[in-house]
Amino acid sequence: MQVTPEILAEVALTEDEYRLIVERLGREPNPVELGMFGAMWSEHCGYKNSRPLLKRLPTSGPRVVQGPGENAGAVDIGEGLVAVLKIESHNHPSAVEPFQGAATGVGGIVRDIFTMGARPVAILDSLRFGPLEEPRNRYLFHGVVGGIGWYGNCLGIPTVAGDVFFDPGYSANPLVNAMCVGVARRDALVRARATGPGNLVLLVGADTGRDGIHGATFASVEDPEKSHRGVVQVGNPFLEKLLLEACLEALESGCVVAMQDLGAAGLTSSTAETAARGGVGIEIDVAKVPRREAGMTPYEVMLSESQERMLVIVEPSKLEVVEAIFRRWELHAAVIGRVTGDGMLRVLEDGRPVAEVPVRLLTDAPTYVRQGREDPEIAALRNRDLSAVPDLGRSPEEGLTAGQALLALLRSPNIASRRPVYRTYDHTILTNTVLPPGEGDAAVLRIKGTRLGLAVKTDCNPRYCLLDPYLGAQHAVAEAARNVSCVGAEPAAITDCLNFGNPERPGVYYQLSQAIEGMAVACEALGIPIVSGNASLYNESGGRAIPPTPTIGIVGVLDDVTRHAGLAFASQGVVYLIGPAQATLGASEYLALLHGLTAGSPPSLDLELELQVQRAVREGIARGVVRAAHDCSEGGLAVALAESCIAGQVGGRFEIEPLIEANAGRLDRALFGEAGSRVLVQVAPGDEANLIALLNGYRLPYLRLGETGGDSLVLGDALAISLGELRAAWSSGLG
Amino acid sequence: MRFAVITFPGSNGDHDALMAIQMGLGQPVELVWHTETDLSRFDCLIIPGGFSYGDYLRAGAIARFAPVMESVRAFAEAGGPVLGICNGFQILTEAGLLPGALLRNASLSFECAWVHVRVDNDRTPWTRALAPGTILRLPIAHGEGRYYADDATLERLEREGRVVFRYVDADGRVTPEANPNGSLNNIAGVCNERGNVVGLMPHPERAYDRLIGGDDGLRVLSAVLRAGVAAASRS
Repeated sequence: MQVTPEILAEVALTEDEYRLIVERLGREPNPVELGMFGAMWSEHCGYKNSRPLLKRLPTSGPRVVQGPGENAGAVDIGEGLVAVLKIESHNHPSAVEPFQGAATGVGGIVRDIFTMGARPVAILDSLRFGPLEEPRNRYLFHGVVGGIGWYGNCLGIPTVAGDVFFDPGYSANPLVNAMCVGVARRDALVRARATGPGNLVLLVGADTGRDGIHGATFASVEDPEKSHRGVVQVGNPFLEKLLLEACLEALESGCVVAMQDLGAAGLTSSTAETAARGGVGIEIDVAKVPRREAGMTPYEVMLSESQERMLVIVEPSKLEVVEAIFRRWELHAAVIGRVTGDGMLRVLEDGRPVAEVPVRLLTDAPTYVRQGREDPEIAALRNRDLSAVPDLGRSPEEGLTAGQALLALLRSPNIASRRPVYRTYDHTILTNTVLPPGEGDAAVLRIKGTRLGLAVKTDCNPRYCLLDPYLGAQHAVAEAARNVSCVGAEPAAITDCLNFGNPERPGVYYQLSQAIEGMAVACEALGIPIVSGNASLYNESGGRAIPPTPTIGIVGVLDDVTRHAGLAFASQGVVYLIGPAQATLGASEYLALLHGLTAGSPPSLDLELELQVQRAVREGIARGVVRAAHDCSEGGLAVALAESCIAGQVGGRFEIEPLIEANAGRLDRALFGEAGSRVLVQVAPGDEANLIALLNGYRLPYLRLGETGGDSLVLGDALAISLGELRAAWSSGLG
Repeated sequence: MRFAVITFPGSNGDHDALMAIQMGLGQPVELVWHTETDLSRFDCLIIPGGFSYGDYLRAGAIARFAPVMESVRAFAEAGGPVLGICNGFQILTEAGLLPGALLRNASLSFECAWVHVRVDNDRTPWTRALAPGTILRLPIAHGEGRYYADDATLERLEREGRVVFRYVDADGRVTPEANPNGSLNNIAGVCNERGNVVGLMPHPERAYDRLIGGDDGLRVLSAVLRAGVAAASRS
């Protein structure tokens, strides 16, 4: 074969990589084989740039049953059960066709969960867009939210949590990270490991078409708008629902050796990965693959990314049982090949070999360790002196007042009510939802037949990560853990989605390596393992990368689900701030929104203090002392107070003098400055002594802020705003 | 009392109905596959929510041709209690067992929320023992729940008191704000002439435990137990 730069560009391989293939294979690959290498050695499948860095992440712990390397991770949650979790990006397809891109993102992540033998119980979505003032961003936002709802609602899995953030850095490259959580019996967990030469390889579900060819490859290059058109897949949630029920029934029957979904790089990656995990080979005949269109070449069949397909390995003697199950669910199940003992991935067409490659060569993509270097412009932004920012005025004549600032922040799309999004997601189906979206810092689900509960959330503040990726990633981990702690759950496991720009650029590689280091340090300090994850690099257009976005998806466990807390203040109670009184304007929403500045250093983070704050909050909730808890994040203390008041439909009168004092006399920092390790809690009037004893036991700083009551939020003499006005502002931001 | 929950390909509320009957009511219940035709062992039927056959044509439009539907029709004609929830309501209107149709929500988007409905008819097996005017808090989750009927049908439904549930505010008032989908006359559920077939968009089977937001749904599902005598006398 004459290999030209154009051919290599089509499969996104470098000349060095091509030479490596020839050297390892001992010959030149044919076009089909080259296409397979291109897909498997893409960043999306092969983790060429991220793999060496990912080794740094802590992946073990007493609860871990399955760490990275499978379709999803799993942790023990007690009573013989495991929670199974995974997050994955669908950024590039969503940038081109937001509705189908997001929908198929949900479909793919759900398959990853039920492939493990787990019943999916929750979907979460972490979304990033450019500002909604731009029509293109509104189109992307509405398309993505519509696609997620369409797919998840039809599938009958509740979409219960997530996060959404708007920043100009995402205008050309929106992020769609979909997460799914499932529950399985620990002893029924299945691995996607093909074993037993002679066993049969079945392809189940949708017919194979030309959609999505090279999706994995194009997810690994820049500028999705240009490169991705024509490779976006189309979802069929109805088919996925049948597949879900049929696969769980087949796994339950005990007649299945292994199961693997077909995602990026379709048949190529699913056969190679299952074979590699089991240390075997696989031989398939593409002529036996049911097609949705005529005239497809072996190349197209091997690289199609048609959705809603599963690879199932069965012993020949069990074939009939398994086929009967799929038939009952009205699904095609075609025997397309068999497991072999020779470690080769062999592709035939009507018995004629068209590709034959050692499995290990495909799954063992080369890795790159690069030299990172911080972009000096970002360092300059971080080091900017913020003392020149004028403080809030005490009256309108003196400039922006605290009241104006609070209303503006509540209207900010990064803070405002998420109801316009989650009302379009079915979040009550499956009858497990104890704390639905909007009522707590994380969603809480019960597990029927047990006392257990799960708390789930996604988090990442990209502004923190832009200004300091190491510290920002630590905050992402800490905030996710704090959110599940605020509903009373112990953080049990994390799944991460690393969204970055082109790692071949030193500035981006620096962000990637620093963020991973920050995540690792925070996870170690807080004792939370990372059990699965995904990397999406090359999120950039026209040489501009997205803000670094290491999305953290977290699952927490409640031993007694009835002992949980929401964020809404009760009509009578005393409110305390646990954690530091000192906050910073650096990297804050306040600074960005009201002063147009993305600058300064994000808040410092004391991970030991963070750990103790979270423990104290959990213990307070478990003992019934803490009635409501809410993390202080974007917008600072004043926004957190307003949110808990709005949710509880009650006002409150709170002291701020000690806060102003702790913040060098600055009102802006006291009210809207941000800091880690801060939680608002409310206790019943008679429980103050119990709370104080608890906090002293953990040696934690705290402040008594005041009491709830009335129908206005009053913060010292800085502001007094009626609940109605607060609610109106907060409800309008995304409406 | 033995409950059947009919499962079509794409049903996704079947399991919730099963759990509500089992965990909430403690009654025997079976999932019945859409290809079955013998319903003689059951005392009442629930057609659950979901997206039967993907709802790709029109919600419920294909499910009505499923083999089990002939038996559902016979069961209904014999006076057996039938409850269609959400997609089940859509299937019953498509099958002609209930009047009217369910259109795309006025908001043109899926709506998931807890709403209040008022019981306006206590003569059905699914509302017996619920005094007219009783207010229930139930979840909704649908994209096509806007009840529509032509003027003559609507007038007749109102005259005959066949509007079983109506969207109201927390105080029981029929207001436009309380109407989540633009249904005519705030209609959330209706019954057939005989009253034994009831369809509603809200989900009583998702409201059987305070831990998950409320248990008002049990008042609907358990009403049929009191009506059990009437059902038993059918055979």
